[in-house]
Amino acid sequence: MNYNVNEKGYYGDFGGAYIPEMLYPNVEELRQNYLKVMGEESFQKEFRQLLKEYVGRPTPLYFAKRLSEKYNTKIYLKREDLCHTGAHKVNNTIGQILMAKRLGKTRIIAETGAGQHGVATATVCALMGLECIIFMGEVDIKRQAPNVARMKMLGAKVVPATSGSKTLKDATNEAIRDWINNPVDTHYIIGSVVGPHPYPDMVARFQSVISEEIKTQLCEKEDRENPDFVAACVGGGSNAAGAFYHYLDNLDVGLIAVEAAGKGIDSGESAATSALGKVGIIHGSKTLLMQTADGQITEPYSISAGLDYPGVGPMHANLFTSGRGEFISITDDKAMKAGLELCKLEGIIPAIESSHALAIFEMRKFKKNDVVVVNLSGRGDKDLDTFIKYFNL
Amino acid sequence: MNRIQNKLSEKKQHAGKAGKLLSIYFTAGYPKLDDTVEILQQLEKNGVDMVEIGLPFSDPLADGPTIQESSQLALKNGMTTEILFQQLKDVRKTVSIPLIIMGYFNPILQYGIEGFCKKCAEVGIDGLILPDLPLSEYKEHYHEIFKKYNLINVFLVTPQTSDDRIRQIDTASDGFIYLVSSSSVTGNSDGFDENQENYFSRVASMQLKNPLIVGFGIKDATTFKQATSKTKGAIIGSAFIKTLARDGKSGISNFIASIREV
Repeated sequence: MNYNVNEKGYYGDFGGAYIPEMLYPNVEELRQNYLKVMGEESFQKEFRQLLKEYVGRPTPLYFAKRLSEKYNTKIYLKREDLCHTGAHKVNNTIGQILMAKRLGKTRIIAETGAGQHGVATATVCALMGLECIIFMGEVDIKRQAPNVARMKMLGAKVVPATSGSKTLKDATNEAIRDWINNPVDTHYIIGSVVGPHPYPDMVARFQSVISEEIKTQLCEKEDRENPDFVAACVGGGSNAAGAFYHYLDNLDVGLIAVEAAGKGIDSGESAATSALGKVGIIHGSKTLLMQTADGQITEPYSISAGLDYPGVGPMHANLFTSGRGEFISITDDKAMKAGLELCKLEGIIPAIESSHALAIFEMRKFKKNDVVVVNLSGRGDKDLDTFIKYFNL
Repeated sequence: MNRIQNKLSEKKQHAGKAGKLLSIYFTAGYPKLDDTVEILQQLEKNGVDMVEIGLPFSDPLADGPTIQESSQLALKNGMTTEILFQQLKDVRKTVSIPLIIMGYFNPILQYGIEGFCKKCAEVGIDGLILPDLPLSEYKEHYHEIFKKYNLINVFLVTPQTSDDRIRQIDTASDGFIYLVSSSSVTGNSDGFDENQENYFSRVASMQLKNPLIVGFGIKDATTFKQATSKTKGAIIGSAFIKTLARDGKSGISNFIASIREV
């Protein structure tokens, strides 16, 4: 079985492009060009060079000795937290800004929840000298003031999304509406493996540098390309898509997707889409999403602002329903403890999103000789406020 | 023949103003949950030719603030797909103009496509406008079901739609084509300029088999006249919702009269 996207833009039953006709020319232009552009030598050269010299890749694959001792297995951390701007998000924004330039676009829009993707987009727009407009829920703007300031310092205009629940899904709606209103000169940089085809595939390809590097680095350290498991947190699922990408069809490698259970799956305050979602359409993609019986999209909750998206990307919906991926949900409490544990054992302050992936070692056993790679998708500086409040620091 | 097709051929008999179709959009469950049927009755009484009943959705991507807000309020009022069908159960006893449900695909997917279409046929719905159901998916998976229940599916065309694609859409349509006036979400209008009039003329000159009905940005007699000078009719949504918000149902007759007056 092939777990990658097919020629119609589907992963199994999931994906496609359920978009209003107003978006068709934009999305179609991208669909017809993205593989061709990405295959061009000059594109690859520029992309690779920026990843190396601007983002700071390759990021280390670090053997976490004390964490491994504690859980009696071999744990490697893929250090995406060391990327410029502090998370894996920039891999995608670098790729998409180069794509936008080649398509002749002069105006960039993006949605953001916690602000990480907004900052990564504002960063590459500054780098390329392109106009940048970031849509962010009014509620999130209040919760994430430092990232709002960062975006402004980088020259972006931050537009509050005041519709609906005024969070990430509404920011995404507003970005899509802006694209409808500006169909010619604008490129929409989606931040995750969500949205209409070809976005999930394009973003996964830009993020696939993560698993490409893991393969090489694991050869050096363990004399093998394949770990026994790769684990990553999933909101929309971009860091997981990147960490899984080159292992999707290699059944020797277990893929562990970690979702945010929030206050517990049955608490009514959760973002565990695989457990709570049903098949539906969100932001142009057929996938699993949290919704009412009547098909209204519901508002998720997680202590981590990067994981509270009511859907998952179509790749992940297919990994879940096919059984290829192992889905684990982690509560706020377990994630916060796992995050603090990494600080104490390894001297690394992780993002709360990534802390969810670290919490799997409390949830399930691994064999002593298992090689488990955890994608440490971001650093925790942005979450200090939450850590301070939670632990009374 | 379906009521939409009947209405369109009836309009063909008339020249000038009388030949122009006026369609109104409103959100079911707004301003009050139980207003749906009374609004439909009043629209018919005041000479409206066709109505689009909006099935409210939490995340209406193609809509501007006015319809977003009316949708949110309708959901807050408790509107659901099932309740809408209950409200429409006897609508054909009092309303005879064509009725179209306009909504987003997800609530219909949750209801069950075939069950939804069946229910539409039972209560007397004539067509569907689902902006986020793309042409390719429709043709591959849903065309047969819609046909079985005698439902006309209406596709949108925008200023950016290529001639080739307009022809494909024309082939797949058997009622009318919804000509979106500008590259915009709903409710965005400062009136029409030369660009839009050229665009209406361009599509009108393509000799399509389906008539064109213009939507988005029509708010008064002037814009209605501009929109219909080269086309068969026009749809008013946000401006009507604003009227309901301001004057309630008592504002309906004045509003409709004001559109028709020029």
